[in-house]
Amino acid sequence: MKRKDFLQLSAMGVGGMMLPDLGLFGRSVEVSQLLNDGMDVSVKKQLADVALNAARAKGATYADVRIGRYLNQFVATRENRVQNIANAESFGVGIRVLADGCWGFAASNRVTKEDVAKTAERAVAVAKANAKIGSDPVQLAAQKGFGDVTWKTPIETNAFTVPVKDKVDLLLSVNAAAMAAGANFVNSVILAVNEQKFFASTDGSYIDQDVHRLFPNFTVSKVDRASGKFESRKSLSSPVGMGYEYLTSKPGSKVSGIVTRYKDRYDILEDVKNATAEVSQKINAKSVEPGKYDLILDPSHLWLTIHESVAHPTELDRVLGYEANYAGTSFLTLDKLKSKNFKFGSKLVNVVADKLQPGSLGAVGYDDEGVPAKKWDLIKDGNLVNFQAIRDQAHILGLKESQGCCYAQSWNDVQFQRMPNVSLQPGKTKLSVDDMIKNVEKGIYIIGDGSFSIDQQRYNFQFGGQTFYEIKNGKIVGMLKDVSYQANTQEFWNSCTAIADESDYRLGGAFNDGKGQPGQSNAVSHGSSTTRFDGVNVINTARKI
Amino acid sequence: MAILSKEEAQALLKKVMSYSKADECEAGLNGSEGGNIRYARNAVSTAGDISTLSLSVSSTFGKKTGSATINEFDDKSLEKVVRRAEELAQLAPENPEYMPLLGPQTFKEPITYVESTAAMTPDSRAEMVGKSIKVAKEAKLEAAGFLENTTGFTAFMNSKGMFGYNKSTDVIFSITTRNQEGTGSGYAARGFNDIKKLDTLTATKVAAQKANGSASAKAIEPGKYTVILEPVAATYMLENMFRFDARSADEGRSFLSKPGGGNRLGEQLMDEKVNIYSDPFHPDLPSATINRDGLPVERVNWIEKGVVKNLNYSRYWAEKKGVKPGPFASNIIMDGGTASLEELIKTTERGILVSRLWYIRMVDPQSLLLTGLTRDGTFYIENGQIKYPIKNFRFNESPVIMLNNVEALGKQERSISVESYRSYLIPAMKIRDFTFTSLSDAV
Repeated sequence: MKRKDFLQLSAMGVGGMMLPDLGLFGRSVEVSQLLNDGMDVSVKKQLADVALNAARAKGATYADVRIGRYLNQFVATRENRVQNIANAESFGVGIRVLADGCWGFAASNRVTKEDVAKTAERAVAVAKANAKIGSDPVQLAAQKGFGDVTWKTPIETNAFTVPVKDKVDLLLSVNAAAMAAGANFVNSVILAVNEQKFFASTDGSYIDQDVHRLFPNFTVSKVDRASGKFESRKSLSSPVGMGYEYLTSKPGSKVSGIVTRYKDRYDILEDVKNATAEVSQKINAKSVEPGKYDLILDPSHLWLTIHESVAHPTELDRVLGYEANYAGTSFLTLDKLKSKNFKFGSKLVNVVADKLQPGSLGAVGYDDEGVPAKKWDLIKDGNLVNFQAIRDQAHILGLKESQGCCYAQSWNDVQFQRMPNVSLQPGKTKLSVDDMIKNVEKGIYIIGDGSFSIDQQRYNFQFGGQTFYEIKNGKIVGMLKDVSYQANTQEFWNSCTAIADESDYRLGGAFNDGKGQPGQSNAVSHGSSTTRFDGVNVINTARKI
Repeated sequence: MAILSKEEAQALLKKVMSYSKADECEAGLNGSEGGNIRYARNAVSTAGDISTLSLSVSSTFGKKTGSATINEFDDKSLEKVVRRAEELAQLAPENPEYMPLLGPQTFKEPITYVESTAAMTPDSRAEMVGKSIKVAKEAKLEAAGFLENTTGFTAFMNSKGMFGYNKSTDVIFSITTRNQEGTGSGYAARGFNDIKKLDTLTATKVAAQKANGSASAKAIEPGKYTVILEPVAATYMLENMFRFDARSADEGRSFLSKPGGGNRLGEQLMDEKVNIYSDPFHPDLPSATINRDGLPVERVNWIEKGVVKNLNYSRYWAEKKGVKPGPFASNIIMDGGTASLEELIKTTERGILVSRLWYIRMVDPQSLLLTGLTRDGTFYIENGQIKYPIKNFRFNESPVIMLNNVEALGKQERSISVESYRSYLIPAMKIRDFTFTSLSDAV
């Protein structure tokens, strides 16, 4: 749940505390509204010009306007019934200005000429109020204007065109399959997102973008009443920057092995059957013996470790201290970057930042301050080589232009530096997962993401998972439970001794990467192939209360 | 104007009800206004000013419900939103758990609204932040902080004659100060309904003391230690436990589930020094008096002398179980003792003072095992005195186990959770055998 939603509930105190965390995205609308085109682009352009002129007239030296229409559809079921169907639309304008060297921002859900002009003036007033208490003036990297341009996520089927009934039927069949196979509880959800973003700035850009995302998922649970124990297994799907085609079949999109895993297509019915079988095994699995193990991490798990321990510490705003009061700073410093020999990981470790990758959550044509999407290296042959920057930070890295990492979750939030897709490159030599496991004497093979926690400078982390398999002398010998691993980021990435080749490469990701005050969510993907880490500390998490 | 008075809200909602043709109809109005200012590296980084007002309508035919929302308020728009909700209801699947609406209830007036907070402006916010930055600069520290004020109201009405209205103001402030070498960091967080209670200067001084005091920390071995958790640390830990939901307990998937079936209502789950309750009229933590289930919020004990006294039953689950629905939490208050933080330290032979916790996540929902880290000032105590700052630890601990290991409770304080920003009244607490599992180099 995002912080803003917390506030909506907590405006009444903690009255919402006992409510289920339903999707609160905006105003709810009938499903047909999700297919309307919304305000015409030519009208948006006129309104944007009104706002830009109003800002300039009040003394702004730079201004950008985002007229956003954010559509969400949330279909949630539990066992044999529908819990919630929400179609939501949020429409409004956010205006950011530079005046007296300071940023100001204002937003309104009334998008008329008069209102956008007033909102622009409010933004300038906020900037000027802040300038009074003295700040170093913002240095904004130059960005050429692109005139009128458009970009759209390359989807095959807009998820909003699929009838709600089809989605309900699919989810209820998923639930029925789980219950028939012996689950006690199952929740399943389809969440579809469409961001229709119009951006205009005093640089002369008018950028219209249509961004689509989809996340089908479930959780299967089983309770052993006699012992009072319960276990769950989440789906192995990923949130994707795709349309409804993610839920159709395509040859070559499955990865076989101890359990089927998925690339750019997801077979939810197959996965729920596998999950139900695994949740029963989990109840009876052996509790792990704590100690050092070699870990074999599946991409469905490793994406989250990459997210927390590589993607966050390479965010330049964290490095500089802009997140010190909330998310924290970073163990990676400008000195470490300048030294050009900071050993982030072993020689095998190559990590790229990529806003272009098809199917990923972070793919766009332009970021939320009018900078075109790019791809660049963060870690090269184990060495730290770059960070992630936006326009007012580019000068700190000696860059002439921004890397295009600016994003706002909605029209009523100010844009700031957010991570692009950050992915571990696959191994350069041919290596299968089976061959990787053959060489492990004492290890654990982890599939799916679980509990996660990392310190405010991204040194010390702890991760769980969905399923854990014990490896002894090159063979998988059975399932384990109560497993979490703890490590230091730099030691962990330097213990990387093998990465499977590109045939195993898959994307994982999240809709709800949180940062900032007020908090904002960012959707981001992280790719990898199965990877081996040697001698990692594993703890046993079983407790009795 | 995003904030409607009780009379304005009532008149508008009556009009909405007059358009309804459904078996049952309920409508809610929500409005908020406010602004925020964020700073880092001793300068303002972002600031904003936001206002919203929306109306949502739910219409029900039989057990089929549809909802629609709108942010335009002329008569035509009001009728349109009602018709749209009714159309959606006709298309919706039947909800077997639908509960008929309740009739009129008596809701008391809350004490959550303070005019001076509602009157804050971009300039008054900037001025308060300016004081904080000045303290940090004088102490040669780098400040990063956040100040946000919100004025909000909620009103609802249904076709059976129920009407409720609550208005509130909130302000939250948090500040982190770090030394230039990056070897020391301190934090303070405050939350109030009344801006007059917020002193950004003193809060920044507290953070500055912690930043200077935590520099050059020594590493000690992880393991089980007696800890003194300051209220802001205890609050974040305990927030993960404040879900006293009967249904998930009865279904066997909560820390309140009983092996063999049923829930732990009536069981001694914690040390007898532990008393946890909700009270919408507590002067230091006033809260809403209305609840979305349509029942008034009253004072209720959740944990009394360590015994589980109440669980929350939704109206559906209450009917299924044959019990009364409720009670509902509107805030969470834990009783404290009389000892000051200094007195808690003085009576500690060997222990660790924890200023703040960070990045807490659930490891096991059954035992409520949580993991997270200490942050912004962790100190070693020996023979009743703080000896030196120590490096941060990762912990793996359950708040339920922790509240079984209470040595002493300090004074109660209003604190905000560093993740949800909710306010709580929670005491400082001395806990034995708190489990630290590894060291962190983070400052």
